[in-house]
Amino acid sequence: MSPSLLVLIPLLPLIGFLVNGLGFTRIPKSLVGIIGTLAVLGSFVLSLLTFNAFLASGSQPLIVPLFDWITVGSLNIPFSFQVDQLSLLMLLIITGVGSLIHIYSIGYMHHDPGFGKFFAYLNLFLFFMLLLVLGSNYVVMFIGWEGVGLCSYLLIGFWNKNTNYNNAARKAFIMNRVGDLGFLLGIFTIITTFGSVEYLEVFSKASEFSIGDPVIIAITAFLFIGAMGKSAQIPLYTWLPDAMAGPTPVSALIHAATMVTAGIYMVIRSNVLYSLAPSTLEIVGIIGAATALFAASIGLLQNDIKKVLAYSTVSQLGYMFMGLGAMAYSASMFHVITHAFFKALLFLGAGSVIHAMSDEQDIRSMGGLRKKLPVTFITFFIATWAISGLPPFSGFFSKDEILAHVFEHNKLLWVIGVFGSVMTSFYMFRLLFLTFFGTFRGTHEQEHHLHESPASMTIPLIILAVLSAVGGAIGVPEALHGSHHLAEFMSPLYDAARQVNPAAFLPTTLSHSEEYLLMGISVAAAAISAIVAYVMYVQKASVPAPDSEEKSALQNLIYNKYYVDELYDNVFVKPTKTLSNAFYSFGEFFVDLFVNGAARLIRFLASLLRKTQTGSTGDYVFAMVLGIVVILFWKLLL
Amino acid sequence: MIPNPMLPDVNVPDVIQNIPLLHYLVLSTLLFVIGIIGVLTRRNAIVIFMSVELMLNAANLLLIAFSSYRSDPAGQVFVFFIMAVAAAEVAVGLAIIVMIYRNTRNTDVGFLNKLKW
Repeated sequence: MSPSLLVLIPLLPLIGFLVNGLGFTRIPKSLVGIIGTLAVLGSFVLSLLTFNAFLASGSQPLIVPLFDWITVGSLNIPFSFQVDQLSLLMLLIITGVGSLIHIYSIGYMHHDPGFGKFFAYLNLFLFFMLLLVLGSNYVVMFIGWEGVGLCSYLLIGFWNKNTNYNNAARKAFIMNRVGDLGFLLGIFTIITTFGSVEYLEVFSKASEFSIGDPVIIAITAFLFIGAMGKSAQIPLYTWLPDAMAGPTPVSALIHAATMVTAGIYMVIRSNVLYSLAPSTLEIVGIIGAATALFAASIGLLQNDIKKVLAYSTVSQLGYMFMGLGAMAYSASMFHVITHAFFKALLFLGAGSVIHAMSDEQDIRSMGGLRKKLPVTFITFFIATWAISGLPPFSGFFSKDEILAHVFEHNKLLWVIGVFGSVMTSFYMFRLLFLTFFGTFRGTHEQEHHLHESPASMTIPLIILAVLSAVGGAIGVPEALHGSHHLAEFMSPLYDAARQVNPAAFLPTTLSHSEEYLLMGISVAAAAISAIVAYVMYVQKASVPAPDSEEKSALQNLIYNKYYVDELYDNVFVKPTKTLSNAFYSFGEFFVDLFVNGAARLIRFLASLLRKTQTGSTGDYVFAMVLGIVVILFWKLLL
Repeated sequence: MIPNPMLPDVNVPDVIQNIPLLHYLVLSTLLFVIGIIGVLTRRNAIVIFMSVELMLNAANLLLIAFSSYRSDPAGQVFVFFIMAVAAAEVAVGLAIIVMIYRNTRNTDVGFLNKLKW
């Protein structure tokens, strides 16, 4: 694998961004989509080539230095890429799912006036995301980390004529900044502790520390704050549901499949550090479980099709962190992969529904779409089945693997996890039934306009549906007589961590019968809640009440997302605003007093002096002669 | 040979010493003052320009006079330089005056009073 080819992987989307971003007013619309999509497809093909070359060369991690970037004192930060199991998996997910979503966007965004801008931003996002996963040190990762945040901001506020959307974009950006501060502090602590930010160097030096060293705990905790922001965990999760203001393909690509998994990537990348800090992992696990349960419960009563999916994303990310907390790094990565497939599919399916419904997003106005949108329905159904953790689709394998590891680690978290998956199954099937079953509840015009989406939208749906269905095959547990290809593939990543904390990597103590039991419990629980949803929303055909109707206190609490947004608003936003208003009026008064005073003084002096500028040449010459005479006398006589 | 009170050590040829140095000084001072008065009192740009040249040449005359009385050729070299530069300056200055004339139809500097407060 030649390094130049590797460099092209992030470079192609950047070129696509430059071409589309600089020239989208001149390039015809049909070409914009092709350029944007080809850039990503090219990256995908190159990623596949890299993957093959990596396997052929005996799975040796490869560092590709590009140039020396920052050299200050003894600290040297090169700009280099690292190719190993983890970055390759992320590369394939990002470029693969990214390509499909680009193709989908050609159809979905067709009528939008900002078509070229959209593709430019998407390409820029992919560039930064690829930088994030390819970088061989924390600083390059941080560039990508900030860059995807920027693109997320740009794309959430894509329809920037709507103030609410702009506010959502700002909220996402500011919340991410809170996390980014933690991430930065983590990097600084790494620099002071290890004197380097290169992964390999940091991890080899980290092995000299003992388990539970306070410095390592501080580093991992800081980094995790960054992950909380980017991956929408309690308490920094509220931006993600609002981020649904962006176009649906953006929600699928950035806010479900790729960017929000950056936090998980970062933790797996730093597995050596985290394995050395069991107390941080404990926090990670608890926060993950809490988020999984909390977000799932909010999802139960939401009526906006994208909001449900957004809370489901937050909840699934919670599962991944729960897995990380139990040091089940491979299982979390497995869930990242399957989640990328089925959640991208769900969002794209939702996009297809919204497209057909003329931009209606409220599931109370949908219903019976099964016959009008057959492809969307079948693919959405597969994705729902997968996310609910029902066999034999991919979600079952990844979620059960996480739950099995969590069970080994902490029984209470496991109970929370199963409870969360019951809710997941319920709200997903509720969404499915309300959207596709029953009778149509929208307006007559909408019904008249209903149509299946064009091929550029349905083909990505079908491909993702196939992947969601069979994606679990890469990690079939031993108990089901399969082999866990993914875990084997990723195993070399943990070599260093295994040395520093061997206890964490002992083979599972669960017997096969215990594993069967765990699987049985979670599948049965998910199936029962699916059936409950079926009874409620298909047999009884009940529809969620309109907003005007009175609800019970608990329903109100959940429907209004536990008033967390209002809480943050009162605790953080409003005091900050009051304070800045106070500072502003202070500035208005005192600073203006000085600034304006100085300006007035100067103007007064100038009004005296400018009288000398008569405009008559004779006067100027006279002044000059006078000046010369004065200088002569001064020099000669004094 | 008349002894030179200002430069006792230097032998200055008689031809030159026929006219004392003081005369040159007086002449060039007069020329210079005429130039200054011309610049200050006249409004015609061309006359002002000529007065400036007068001042320039007064200085040249002084340089040459001293150069001769000191038997030091450096002053004369200097004068050649000044003449070359003055020629260039005349070219530019006259061009500016021509442009002024084309724009205002006269060469009165009193008309050019736009640059005031």
